[in-house]
Amino acid sequence: MSIIATDIPAATGGAGVPAAGPTRGLVEITKVRKSFGAVEVLKGITLTVEPGGVAVIVGPSGSGKSTLLRTINHLEKVDGGFIAIDGTLVGYEVRGSTLHELREKDVLKQRTEIGMVFQNFNLFPHLTALENVTEAPVVAPRSGKPRLSKAQARERGLELLDRVGLKDRAGAYPRQLSGGQQQRVAIARALALEPKILLFDEPTSALDPELVNEVLDVIRGLAKSGTTLIIVTHEMGFARDVADTVVFMDQGQIVEQGSPQDIFSNPREERTRSFFSKVIEPAFNI
Amino acid sequence: MSPTTKVAQSAAGPASAGTSTTPTTGDTDAVTEAAAAVAAGSAAAVTEGSLGGSAGASGGGSGAANRGPATDYAEYRVVPARHPWRWVGTAVVALGVAGIAWSLATNPRWEWGVVAQWFTAKSIVDGLLETLKLTAISGILGFILGFILALMRLSASPLLVSVSWTFSWIFRSTPLLVQMLLWYNLGYLYEKISLGIPFTDVRFFEIQTTTLISQFAAAVLGLTLNQAAYSAEIIRGGILSVDQGQLEAASALGIPAWRRSTRIVLPQAMRAILPTAFNEIIGLVKGTSIVYVLAYSELFYTIQVIYNRTQQVLPLLLVATLWYVVITSVLSVFQYYIERYYSKGAVRTLPLTPLQKACRFLSIHALSADNSAKVTR
Repeated sequence: MSIIATDIPAATGGAGVPAAGPTRGLVEITKVRKSFGAVEVLKGITLTVEPGGVAVIVGPSGSGKSTLLRTINHLEKVDGGFIAIDGTLVGYEVRGSTLHELREKDVLKQRTEIGMVFQNFNLFPHLTALENVTEAPVVAPRSGKPRLSKAQARERGLELLDRVGLKDRAGAYPRQLSGGQQQRVAIARALALEPKILLFDEPTSALDPELVNEVLDVIRGLAKSGTTLIIVTHEMGFARDVADTVVFMDQGQIVEQGSPQDIFSNPREERTRSFFSKVIEPAFNI
Repeated sequence: MSPTTKVAQSAAGPASAGTSTTPTTGDTDAVTEAAAAVAAGSAAAVTEGSLGGSAGASGGGSGAANRGPATDYAEYRVVPARHPWRWVGTAVVALGVAGIAWSLATNPRWEWGVVAQWFTAKSIVDGLLETLKLTAISGILGFILGFILALMRLSASPLLVSVSWTFSWIFRSTPLLVQMLLWYNLGYLYEKISLGIPFTDVRFFEIQTTTLISQFAAAVLGLTLNQAAYSAEIIRGGILSVDQGQLEAASALGIPAWRRSTRIVLPQAMRAILPTAFNEIIGLVKGTSIVYVLAYSELFYTIQVIYNRTQQVLPLLLVATLWYVVITSVLSVFQYYIERYYSKGAVRTLPLTPLQKACRFLSIHALSADNSAKVTR
């Protein structure tokens, strides 16, 4: 394993947390920039999410929320700035004063510590719910943890499906499940690797309204579990319930961030205020 | 008298529905409509809609309550609609099929005796085995090479992409016949073939081209390379048909690259690959007949040798045709079951196989035969 945790504080400038400590799931995003062609979608984002914290990112479409989320597990490479998990850079290794891009195998190892749940589930349609959950723990290379045997993975998989209320559908294929059930399987699949951090990319946007809550309830349960959650969503009521920190993004920048109380009830910026006036029903906006 | 009670009366018995309804009040349309609907047997549709519209909500309830038992058609005999033209069409086609079958059976010039005599002759069966061998070897090698070419074409390296593209371009644009003759006559172009490091004198291995390229080697080489060019495109198309999100989800889960291809992408790509791949393999079975130009004794060449001797051209071509039909039929059955295997998860419930359908048909009919036997007793 080539990632050297102790080298990083100097590189990140330190966010006030000792890197060698037993922290789990500290996310530090520093001046991250990303362009697609001529369009700059992230214009220097800096954000810290404490271990076990729940950060909810809101903002209009095209503001770069999803892209930011995808840079955290290196699905998108950043063009500038860097991201560190518990003091370890994502996607790069520090050697002296140079950054070396990690080989695919090491990137995969890092990703096993960062679960991701997608807007359109991305379940593997040719595998059953249980097979979807057990696939990664058996084959993914993990740092410090052995791969699971098939029997162990199966046991863990059934436990996780039970936790999301789908133990009796373990043998069903994704197309035989409702959208809400599919998303719950996807959450169980992300949990199977026991990640420190879970990323949710608009987890309820593809669901019928009556299915949204069954998914949100599962996420609410996770918020209390001590796993760091970073959630992109349009469900403002849910954001207010579950978030420690609400981050409002617009046009590739963080406009403001703070407690749900601050952001929803007393936004300082005009842009935040005008966005919420469009998305929140009047009864809620008191 | 209110329209409501009228409808209720008319609905009292289906036999009276058509005759007793003579609307006298203002809501003529609603009543006749309701009566007609009742007569047509769709009583349920009338209860709320028409009555509510004509007589108000209060009358609707009583009307519905009055007609309850009378609209139960469970005891009625059902007469299916008749389709006379379907029968005419069927008869015409059946006549045509019978005519063709009759002429095939009775025209002595088909010489079925000769066909039967040669069908399982040793030389023919040997030729058949050669055909199967060529098909299997060049099919498998062709698809493996095609898979590699497809991956090259999808890679990020411009050189690999252009080499793969050029390969497909060359082999798809030259006639297979020319490729065959070229490989067989490679010794004319290059007397010796050697393996070494280009632009140096280092040689690991050297051999006379004519020793290396036998008829069999030329046939396999020609068929394989040609097949690879086509299957590369088929496999590439299949891989492209799999949603990008699948790869993303797999990489986000830390699943290694090779496993992503074999466990996540390929099984899904197979659904798009299989139908065209089987087209190719069935084409290849018959395509092997082209190696007769190399005087290689596969099925078709053997047939030609025999009919040149016996002059029974058509019956012997019929023998070859029948064998190709047999091979294609067997492959089609394989195709059905392999496609079915890869469709799991893609459809909510798998349709029954023909065998399962037949079993179900038999069991249902056996049961109903049983039942009718009981009734008659």
